[in-house]
Amino acid sequence: MTELTMAQRRRDSIDRAEKRLKRRRRAEARFRLYGLLAVATALGFLAVLISMIVVNSIPAFTQTVIGLEVDFDPETIDPNGNADPSVLARADYGGLIKAALRETFPEVTGRKEKRLLYSLVTNGAQYDLAKKVTADTALIGTRQKVWVAASDRADQLYSRIDRDDVATRGDDETLLGWLRELQRKGDIVSRFNTTFFTSGDSREPEQAGILGAIVGSGLTLLVTFLCSFPLGVLAALYLEEFAPKSRWTNLIEVNINNLAAVPSIIFGLLGLAVFLNFFGMPRSAPLVGGLVLSLMTLPTIIIAARAALKAVPPSIREAALALGASPLQVAVHHTLPLAAPGILTGTIIGMAGALGETAPLLMIGMVAFIVDIPAAVTDPAAVLPVQIYLWADSPERGFAAKTNAAILVLLGFLILMNLLAVLLRRRFERRW
Amino acid sequence: MALEVPTMESAPPVPDTKISAKNLNVYYGDMHALHGVGLDIGNNQVTALIGPSGCGKSTFLRCLNRMNDVVDGCRVEGTVLLDGEDIYNSGLDVVQLRARVGMVFQKPNPFPKSIFDNVAYGPRIHGLCQTGTELKDVVERALVRSGLWGEVKDRLHAPGTGLSGGQQQRLCIARAIAVDPEVILMDEPCSALDPIATARIEELIDELRQNYSIVIVTHSLPQAARVSQKTAFFHLGDLVEADDTEQVFTNPRDQRTQDYITGRFG
Repeated sequence: MTELTMAQRRRDSIDRAEKRLKRRRRAEARFRLYGLLAVATALGFLAVLISMIVVNSIPAFTQTVIGLEVDFDPETIDPNGNADPSVLARADYGGLIKAALRETFPEVTGRKEKRLLYSLVTNGAQYDLAKKVTADTALIGTRQKVWVAASDRADQLYSRIDRDDVATRGDDETLLGWLRELQRKGDIVSRFNTTFFTSGDSREPEQAGILGAIVGSGLTLLVTFLCSFPLGVLAALYLEEFAPKSRWTNLIEVNINNLAAVPSIIFGLLGLAVFLNFFGMPRSAPLVGGLVLSLMTLPTIIIAARAALKAVPPSIREAALALGASPLQVAVHHTLPLAAPGILTGTIIGMAGALGETAPLLMIGMVAFIVDIPAAVTDPAAVLPVQIYLWADSPERGFAAKTNAAILVLLGFLILMNLLAVLLRRRFERRW
Repeated sequence: MALEVPTMESAPPVPDTKISAKNLNVYYGDMHALHGVGLDIGNNQVTALIGPSGCGKSTFLRCLNRMNDVVDGCRVEGTVLLDGEDIYNSGLDVVQLRARVGMVFQKPNPFPKSIFDNVAYGPRIHGLCQTGTELKDVVERALVRSGLWGEVKDRLHAPGTGLSGGQQQRLCIARAIAVDPEVILMDEPCSALDPIATARIEELIDELRQNYSIVIVTHSLPQAARVSQKTAFFHLGDLVEADDTEQVFTNPRDQRTQDYITGRFG
C-alpha cells in the first residue's frame, strides 16, 4: 500500500518537475529574445545614426573648382618689377580674378550682375593666387589657367545642377546659367576636397578645414595625458598599495569618486577661475584646455588604475614580499606591470572622453574663431568637438556637410583610440 | 604562562633553537587571534603546526617572518627571537629578515614570468650574484635542490605559470631557497596538490631538512606525522601542546590533542 503511494507520489513530482522545466525553458528562451532585441535595437540606432552622418557629410569631401584664364598682369602684381615679396603678397589678386571672370562672361555688364558673377568663386581664391605667385615669380606676365574653388553658393547649386528644383532664390537662375555654360566648356569640375584636411577654420565653408581642430585636439590631449597619466597612476598606486587604511584615505577615496561625477562644465569654471584668472595663462590655448581636461580625466584614471591594481592577485604581492622585496619593489616589479593593461585601457578611455569634451572648453574661451593652425600649446586653438559646435551653429549651407564630416573625423579618432585600448590590452595581458 | 609549561619542562631540550617565540599575542582588530604562544623551533628540524581551521597556526607562522605586518589591523605583541635577536625590534630590517626566513604559500603562486626569472628574482633583488653565470648557477642549484631541474632544464624561459600545480609549488620552493634562507615557512604547501605531487613535496621537505629549519602548517595529520620531528597543536588561539611528533601522536598529554588526532573534533 505504502509502496504504491510512494510510486504515485514520485510520478506526480516528476510530472510537476517536467512542467516546471518547460516553464523554465520558455522563460530562458524569452530572456534570450529580449537580449537579442535590445542588441538589435541598439545596433539599428547606431547604424541609422552613422549612415545619416556619412550621407550628410559626403558633400564636404568634394569641392567644386572653376577653371579661369587668369592674366598675371605685371602692372598689377609687380609694378616696380623687382619681385619684392612684400609687394607681391599685397597685390590685388582679387582684381585679376574678377577680370578673368569678366573675360569668361563678357555679356555681364550691370553692377549688380557683376557682383553676382564675382560671387561664383570663393573670395579666398585671391590668397591662393598670391601664394602661387610668391612661390613662382615666373608666372608674372603670363596667362595661366588657374583652378579656383567655387563659392559655397555656387558649390551648392552645382551639386544639384541636373535637378529641376534647384533655383530657390531670385538670382539662382542667372548663376545656374553661368554654371551650365562653364560645365559645357569643361571649366568646372568636382574634386576631392583636400582643403578640408589641410587648413584651419574659415568664415567661408569652401575654405574651412579641420586640420586646425585636429592639431588643437592633439595638443590638448597631449597636455591632458602628460598631466593626468603620471599623476593618476601614482595617486592610484599610493592609495592602493602604500596608504594606510585610515579615515583620511577613505575621505580621499570618496572625494575622488565624487570628482568623477562632477559635471564637466564645473571643471571649466574652475579652470577659468584658477588657470586664467589666477595664473594668467593664455585664453583659448591647448595648455589650459589640457589642464582643465586633465582635472576631469584624473578621477577616471585613478579609479581605473585602482581597479586594475586591486585585480592583481594578492598572492603575487605576498610571494614577492616573502622573498624580501620592499613595497616599492613589489609595486614596480609585479603589481604595476600586471595592472598595466587595465591602467592603459582606463587611461585611453579617459582620454577618449576628454577628446569628446566640449563644455569645460567653452568656459576657458576655446570656442573662439581661430583660423591659424596652432603650433604650440600656448597658441589659440580650437578642438574637434568645439569645431563641430561652431560649424553646426553657422548659417551657411556648406557648413552642414562640414559639421557632419567633422563628426566623422572625431568618431574616427575615438574608434582609433578604443582600438588602441583593445590592442594594448591584448598585447600586455598576462594570465596567472 | 601555563601554556608554555609543557614545552619548557617536559619536551626534550631542542638541540639548538633557531627561532624562539615568547608570549606571542596577535590581534586582528578586536579579535584576539593568538593567546600568549611560546614555541621553540629547532635547527635542521621540521616542526609541524596542526590544529582545526582558524586556530591560529597560520597566524603564528606568519609572525615568524613578519608577513602579518601587511595585514590591515593586525597587531603583534611579544617577542620572536631568531638566533637570539628579536625580529620585532624596530631596528631590524624586514627585507633582511625575509631573506633569512623564506616562505612557501598554500596556493602555488609563481610570478607570471619565466621559470628562470621566478627563481632568479630573490637573488636579483638582494644582489646576491655579481655575474650572469653566477646567477645561472644559483638558479640551477635551487632548481636541483627542489627536484625540478630535470623537468624544466630545457625550458627555463617558459612561463612558470604553465607548469602543473605540483611543479609550480616546487618552483615556489626553489624560489624560496634561491636566496639561501635559514628557515623555510610552509603554509599548507600540499593542500592544492594531488597525492603524487604531495609525496614529492614531502620527500623534498625531508631532504631540505639537512640544511634548513622548516616550519610547516598542515591539515593532514598523516603528513605531519610523516615529515615532522616536532609537532605543535593549536586550538582556538592557544598552543595546547608541543612535543616530539611521536610523543604527540602516540601519547598526547592534553585531552584536546587526543580528541583532535583521533578525529573527534576539528
